[in-house]
Amino acid sequence: MSDIMTAKDLNLWYGETHALKNVNITIPEKSITAFIGPSGCGKSTFLKTLNRMNDLIPSVKITGEVCYNGQNIYDSLVDVNELRREIGMVFQKPNPFPMSIYDNIAYGPRTHGIKSKVKLDEIVEQSLRDAAIWDEVKDRLKKNALGMSGGQQQRLCIARALAVKPKILLMDEPTSALDPISTSRIEELAIELKKSYTIVIVTHNMQQAVRISDNTAFFLLGELIEYGETEKLFSQPTDKRTEDYITGRFG
Amino acid sequence: MKKNKLIERTIHGIFLILGLLTVGCVLLITVYLVISGIPAITEIGLFDFLFGAKWASTASEPEFGILPFILTSIYGTAGAILIGVPIGFFAAVYLSKLANPKVKAFMEGAVSLLAGIPSVVYGLVGMLVLVPAVREIFDIPDGASLFSAIIVLAIMILPSIIKVSMTALEAVPKEYEDASLALGATPIETYFKVSVPAAKSGIAAAVVLGVGRAIGEAMAVMMVSGNVPNMPSLFQSVRFLTTAVASEMSYSSGLQQQALFSIALVLFLFIMLINATLNFFLKKEKD
Repeated sequence: MSDIMTAKDLNLWYGETHALKNVNITIPEKSITAFIGPSGCGKSTFLKTLNRMNDLIPSVKITGEVCYNGQNIYDSLVDVNELRREIGMVFQKPNPFPMSIYDNIAYGPRTHGIKSKVKLDEIVEQSLRDAAIWDEVKDRLKKNALGMSGGQQQRLCIARALAVKPKILLMDEPTSALDPISTSRIEELAIELKKSYTIVIVTHNMQQAVRISDNTAFFLLGELIEYGETEKLFSQPTDKRTEDYITGRFG
Repeated sequence: MKKNKLIERTIHGIFLILGLLTVGCVLLITVYLVISGIPAITEIGLFDFLFGAKWASTASEPEFGILPFILTSIYGTAGAILIGVPIGFFAAVYLSKLANPKVKAFMEGAVSLLAGIPSVVYGLVGMLVLVPAVREIFDIPDGASLFSAIIVLAIMILPSIIKVSMTALEAVPKEYEDASLALGATPIETYFKVSVPAAKSGIAAAVVLGVGRAIGEAMAVMMVSGNVPNMPSLFQSVRFLTTAVASEMSYSSGLQQQALFSIALVLFLFIMLINATLNFFLKKEKD
């Protein structure tokens, strides 16, 4: 398995707050990498540095490198919009646009210049199938997406992210607002999707990391404490702090 | 315990009376306008009154056709909307989404100030600056015209359009915009394809509010439009529904005065229609 993303000595400040400290990590292709750690440890912040969503916050300062396919994404030559097309994102709270289900999925492809109705129909169906929601919505594609349940909305958001054919899918606590049944559906979906995509998922739920991820990174106070194969990290952690966290002594 | 209840009830009663007072004022004005507006219409005939092309209220053979006023008010408002809405809309998008905080604070202050300027001042500046400029530029005998009135109205409706649109745009959840950006859309694409559609009923309400402001304005347009009851033409002096009432009321009597009340009634109906439209959009925004 080759590596698709690498962070080198990554530091991030929100104004005066040093939120990420010298993070070094390599993320392998077509696998699920989970970021765990207590609230405020920097795991979501780090996830957002991977597709430059932190650029939108005015006071953020970043040093170090994040390489995607060998290219530093913070290089001034990089086209941020193209980068975000290749590195998609699913958010904590399901956030479908207040439009029809069809238009939600077609939004990305349309933005990137696809106008043909036939082509769009094809992309919409394929994306919804890939997100395992096609059968539930195929008869109401023209209905407003906000009428769906939370779990369906989140799978729609995954389908919407898949519609622009990304290479990597970043998921920021995608199940924290969902019930257990919807959660397990998203987990099954993630396992299915890793055949074709690289998935990086932030989760506050350690069982979730154990269930679905191949590798796990443990963050604490802005530092990457430990990173390795999920099974190994949870059974034989090398760092005392990791052990304390996964055995529930804090966090 | 009992005393508390008494105080509660008294205060409740006072508020109720104050509320009813407002409603009472509206009712009183409505009833008064209808009662005093009907006689002239019955005497002149509804059709001749609304669609008569000539207003000659003080002639020996007086004629009371208000079509020129109605059309002038409609054209003037439409013109103001045509110019004011694009400017106001793009200004609102800029201020709510793109401007840096310092620029935004400064410009918002300027917009509020624009809203606070009395209409007579707009009229005065229009009279002294705009009217001569229009005369020079378009080489017409008199710059006091429908065109000048449209320009003044367009500026006067900007604050309502900008502020109400801004409120609607700022209420668009950031999650929508994040989702669009994360799909690789540029910020500008995001604002126009996601934020604006999500705020569309609020923006529509802003436009309707602008229409209401423009159609109800009297003082400023009277000062720049020439106030002559011609059928509307862009570079001719014209008279609006509002100014028709204002300019003759002080010396009118008999049927002429009754006809002025009827004009006010027509104007009132226009405003009612606009308010109903506004409420429709505001309600939609809430859903």
